[in-house]
Amino acid sequence: MSEFFAMGGYGLYVWGSFGAMALLMVAEVIIVRQQRHDMLTRLRRMERQRTAPPVSPEKESGK
Amino acid sequence: MNSRLINWFKLSSPATFYPFAGRMVPWFSWIAIILLVIALYLSFFVAPTDYKQGEGYRIIFIHVPVAWMSMFIYVIMAGWAAVGLVYNTRLSAMMSEALAPTGAMFAFLSLWTGALWGKPMWGTWWVWDARLTSSLILLFLYIGFIALKSAIEDPRRADRAGAILLLVGVINIPIIYFSVRWWNTLHQGATIKMSGQTSMDETMLIAMLIMTFAVWAYTIAVVLLRVRTIILERERDTTWVRTLLQEGNRR
Repeated sequence: MSEFFAMGGYGLYVWGSFGAMALLMVAEVIIVRQQRHDMLTRLRRMERQRTAPPVSPEKESGK
Repeated sequence: MNSRLINWFKLSSPATFYPFAGRMVPWFSWIAIILLVIALYLSFFVAPTDYKQGEGYRIIFIHVPVAWMSMFIYVIMAGWAAVGLVYNTRLSAMMSEALAPTGAMFAFLSLWTGALWGKPMWGTWWVWDARLTSSLILLFLYIGFIALKSAIEDPRRADRAGAILLLVGVINIPIIYFSVRWWNTLHQGATIKMSGQTSMDETMLIAMLIMTFAVWAYTIAVVLLRVRTIILERERDTTWVRTLLQEGNRR
């Protein structure tokens, strides 16, 4: 097992390459999904404000 | 008129492309995962040890696919840029915008894996070799494109400026490809040639090609996911996006 990870003395280079690729790909997927989630939240909020019935002045002052 | 032709034109509208892209994402994600697993298995357990470079050569199984991908993505972006300039379609600019971060990531990875391969084999992380330098320029082109797009307020003007940058920069792609032939410096020549004999063990070649398809599928999945977000943002005032959002709010 440890022989496999040593990669015949090239462990640092081989795992440094595959590791960086794995890390960046996983990070990119997480970021892209997060961006989509944030965008949907933002736009839905905007849409709620646009379609919400206008607040009457008496109600607002009564708060 | 040919019905297939009409369908393709229909897909170029963001309103039709958005749900289509959404249906495609899971398919390409699964293809990417399955191919990645196969490619990694072949890379580490099937492909034999290199007689000259030992186990260190295994970096090739990602170095070559990511380097290819960084070039492919740029060409596709430039293609979208040309379509956008000629037909003035909105979706094409959104596509190149969605491709840019992934392209930059692969351009960076090709330099990174190249450095980690160069250190033990050539004895240096970096040299100003023609192939390496033109690959670095490719990374700068990606970063420049992203920076330019975000620096211009008006999206339509940003699209045009970005498209022009992409089309001018495309000259760098043949330079990268032929650099190992034109300037015979440190980087080795192409192992896989468009014509003629490939000087490579068959299992190594298969592992590398499957990894290439895996990064293709990955790129398609992640770019479709990203373009959906861009479509939502830029089409937010259209009726179809507002209907979609209202449905989301009701749920």
